[in-house]
Amino acid sequence: MYGFEALTFNIHGGYLEAIVRGHRSGLLTASDYNNLCQCETLDDIKMHLSATEYGPYLQNEPSPLHTTTVVEKCTLKLVDEYKHMLCQATEPLSTFLEYITYGYMIDNVVLIVTGTLHERDVQELLEKCHPLGMFDSIATLAVAQNMRELYRLVLVDTPLAPYFSECITSEDLDDMNIEIMRNTLYKAYLEDFYNFCQKLGGATSEIMSDLLAFEADRRAVNITINSIGTELTRDDRRKLYSNFGLLYPYGHEELAISEDIDQVRAVMEKYPPYQSIFAKISYGESQMLDKAFYEEEVKRLCLAFEQQFHYAVFFAYMRLREQEIRNLMWISECVAQNQKSRIHDSVVFIF
Amino acid sequence: MSSSWSRALTQISPYTFASIGIAISIGVSVLGAAWGIYITGSSLIGAAIKAPRITSKNLISVIFCEAVAIYGVIVAIILQTKLESVPSSKIYDPESLRAGYAIFASGIIVGFANLMCGLCVGIIGSSCALSDAQNSTLFVKILVIEIFGSALGLFGVIVACAAHLDHNQIISCC
Repeated sequence: MYGFEALTFNIHGGYLEAIVRGHRSGLLTASDYNNLCQCETLDDIKMHLSATEYGPYLQNEPSPLHTTTVVEKCTLKLVDEYKHMLCQATEPLSTFLEYITYGYMIDNVVLIVTGTLHERDVQELLEKCHPLGMFDSIATLAVAQNMRELYRLVLVDTPLAPYFSECITSEDLDDMNIEIMRNTLYKAYLEDFYNFCQKLGGATSEIMSDLLAFEADRRAVNITINSIGTELTRDDRRKLYSNFGLLYPYGHEELAISEDIDQVRAVMEKYPPYQSIFAKISYGESQMLDKAFYEEEVKRLCLAFEQQFHYAVFFAYMRLREQEIRNLMWISECVAQNQKSRIHDSVVFIF
Repeated sequence: MSSSWSRALTQISPYTFASIGIAISIGVSVLGAAWGIYITGSSLIGAAIKAPRITSKNLISVIFCEAVAIYGVIVAIILQTKLESVPSSKIYDPESLRAGYAIFASGIIVGFANLMCGLCVGIIGSSCALSDAQNSTLFVKILVIEIFGSALGLFGVIVACAAHLDHNQIISCC
């Protein structure tokens, strides 16, 4: 019953909720980012990060650092925290936590299939995969020639199996089809996650519905913008949009027929929450759109922490950490390539 | 129908009502206290991993919940001293019935007041632990809310004692 979660939530979820809120207090603040932005070399970044919670992970790295090492170690911290929480969780929290990682699994699958298509070595690709999205038979993805084999050989044993019903075709895998496959899988995953949260009920379903609806709408806009000018037909485009969210169904109809960014803007400005996002970017420009979306997402994720006794804090924490790792990657790249003037283009402050 | 039901209720011995009242006063109070303690305790343990300084201060929340159980014990002991045997001819006298019902009511009053008080203090204590871990200036302010919450248990004890104080002379013959 909504409103009475406080009575029974702490039996199974109280300890983990307190742990995840403790982790949240370790996220980097604006003053940390200011210090990092003023670094001259990657070693300075390492020194500043040693004073934060990333210290133990970066201490033992030898001195000529690469940006990929920084990102890898920070991701390792997130993975350790996630695994600690997952092994302490009971149902339904453990299922909820596993749902969070399916997105990474989809990305890993697409990474390996694309890499194999371009004749890369499987070991090299495996090292680039996100650790939260690993599953046992991932290396055999390199063997598959088309989607049906992909499904039959590897994916039928993974949690991604139910998402494949819409995209099994006998077509060969090429770049376009792989992108369509990625988006179809992600659409099925978001809908599944949404339905799962609705079944959980209470504060979890309310907050997660809002967060997932924003995610679905953001993906719809990105799919539209990226497919303008390609050979993706309108019907195919419409099939990639999820069936929930603020834009469903009328916004999707209008987005499907948009042919340039200004038309997309005209569609989105009819929805007040997205109007403020599009107001920040001037006409004809789409590079800042990603950053505007990230800022809006971070704002909503921080709001999830305002309420106690629900599961959405776990989802919000994972996403905020992801954003922080993106920020660190951008800062490291800018510092390594000596382009510090562009640092503030893409860093989203969380607090 | 109603006349036979009301007669059936009055045929129940007042000892039964009094004993059930005493049982409810201690049992339900302890239920409230335990519920509150586990709600606070699980959050406190998790939050203290990142912020160990909060443990000693936040034990106050657990102590407030425990006080609720103690109220229940005190009232149960007071009530059971009021329970005395009467000769069987006088069991269904109006005074005896009134005494039995009064003890029953006192038990329910203190039991349920303490149940709600324990829950209230427990939930506030959980939020207090989590916010103290983030920002230590918040602790004293949230403590004021908890104090108001624990006053609810005191109201229950006061009313329960008042409900059977008048019957001193009647109960002594009961």
